[in-house]
Amino acid sequence: MTEEIIIAGFGGQGVLSMGKILAYSGIMQDQEVSWMPSYGPEMRGGTANVTVILSDERISSPYLTIFDTAVILNQQSMDKFEKSLKPGGTLIYDPNGISHHPTRKDINIYRIEGSRLAAEMGNTKIFNMVILGGFLAARPIVKIENVIEGLKKSLPERYHKLIPLNQEAITKGMDSLETVQTI
Amino acid sequence: MAELKLMKGNEAIAEAAIRAGVDAYFGYPITPQSEVIEYLMSEQPEHRTGMVVLQAESEVAAINMVYGAAGTGKKVMTSSSSPGISLKQEGISYLAGAELPAVILNVVRGGPGLGTIQPSQADYFQSVKGGGHGDYRLYVLAPASVQEMADFVDDAFEMAFKYKTPVLILSDGLIGQMMEKVLLKDQKARLTDKELQERHGDWATFGRVGGRERNIITSLDLQSEKMENRVHRLMAKYKRMEEEDLRFEKIKCDDADYLIVAYGSSARIAQKTVDLARAKGHKVGLLRPITLFPYPKKELMEMTKQVKGILSVELNMGQMVEDIRLAVEHKVPVEHFGRTGGIIHTPEEILKALEEKIIKG
Repeated sequence: MTEEIIIAGFGGQGVLSMGKILAYSGIMQDQEVSWMPSYGPEMRGGTANVTVILSDERISSPYLTIFDTAVILNQQSMDKFEKSLKPGGTLIYDPNGISHHPTRKDINIYRIEGSRLAAEMGNTKIFNMVILGGFLAARPIVKIENVIEGLKKSLPERYHKLIPLNQEAITKGMDSLETVQTI
Repeated sequence: MAELKLMKGNEAIAEAAIRAGVDAYFGYPITPQSEVIEYLMSEQPEHRTGMVVLQAESEVAAINMVYGAAGTGKKVMTSSSSPGISLKQEGISYLAGAELPAVILNVVRGGPGLGTIQPSQADYFQSVKGGGHGDYRLYVLAPASVQEMADFVDDAFEMAFKYKTPVLILSDGLIGQMMEKVLLKDQKARLTDKELQERHGDWATFGRVGGRERNIITSLDLQSEKMENRVHRLMAKYKRMEEEDLRFEKIKCDDADYLIVAYGSSARIAQKTVDLARAKGHKVGLLRPITLFPYPKKELMEMTKQVKGILSVELNMGQMVEDIRLAVEHKVPVEHFGRTGGIIHTPEEILKALEEKIIKG
């Protein structure tokens, strides 16, 4: 099994750290992983994206332009990455701030109201964990216990007290995924 | 204790340096390699192993600190990215001339000039054909994964001390910035003063212990005959490197009709191209030079008996392709494909180039 994923949104939304937690979750279940950010002069408010690959085999290119799954968190990323999905691929997006919704008919499309749910939970910082939950509901490629182990590994020890909150956010996301279309 | 972690290439090489028992690191920050010095500063290895980490006032100062520390027989390294490596070239030439062991990491970005902070392989010529002045070569290792970033620290120091020569680890922004799973080795102890005297007492300058003869470290020989002998001695080392320490990897070459040659990040991307090409029925293999000097010349010549053409894939406008052409002596067509300026070629683009330039229908 190989899953090639792009996670794209604004800088500051936690795109890179969501990718990192996903990658660590893969390590926890003995998979090969790679995490390739678009690095550069992007600052908070600019666009940020990361390519994450989880595979049972040695990973060839960590840099890709065609993906199995796209997690899209702003309009610029929708414009750029909807067309980069393989036919039969999966698009997961937060409709907040999206004016042009996805139109492809040959992919699975899901919505997760990450911004709204995180605000309702009273902590916008857990936005990316809500999104991760939505991702996991659509693409259950890593076991939830491995995600929690991945969280422990990627968070410094002083933040481990926040793991239950993150777990709650992931669960919320998993329960709140809406199916737009499946093929 | 060995440990499995998710790390950036830059972080992995920094952690591996501590674990390899490196005595000192001197550097100066520059994107996309700043995580090396950032990681070392935050880890405070002076408390773990006694390793010295120092941010110099410039790249030029850093390489000259390396020169001084290497002269004492210590394991010493520096890192930078392209413009900073250009600044270090005088010092690198002096290290080669004075026959001092040291490890230099270049996390290449696009050039020339200040260029861009995105990945590139445009420093190939600089790395394998001198860079600094004079008749010398570097032993050049090209990692293609985060694991190799970590593993090559030990390998590089082994070569640096075996040949008493500066060794270059030629990485780039892609390998430096991406995260992968990495198995970190056990902590090695740094050499004690006594061990250092026993191993390097015949050349290193750490004080005349026991009234031994003076060791002299210099790259200067004003008598031409002596200087020529010195250069011949260097050349003999380079020849020995070719015979004993050439490294490369062949992927799906056994039945290949066409060959891609690529190193570092390009080799990773081209590996995907090999799979895409094979899915379309083209038997394509990949030869990945792991050392860029010495270069797998004989192996390439051997492959010409089997393949109909070779595509060199590089993140530059065609540098390594010259070495491939020299190696295969026009036995088969050799073409180049690459993007530059910080643009990374995609596996699909490489396949298209392979079909147009080599397979031709």
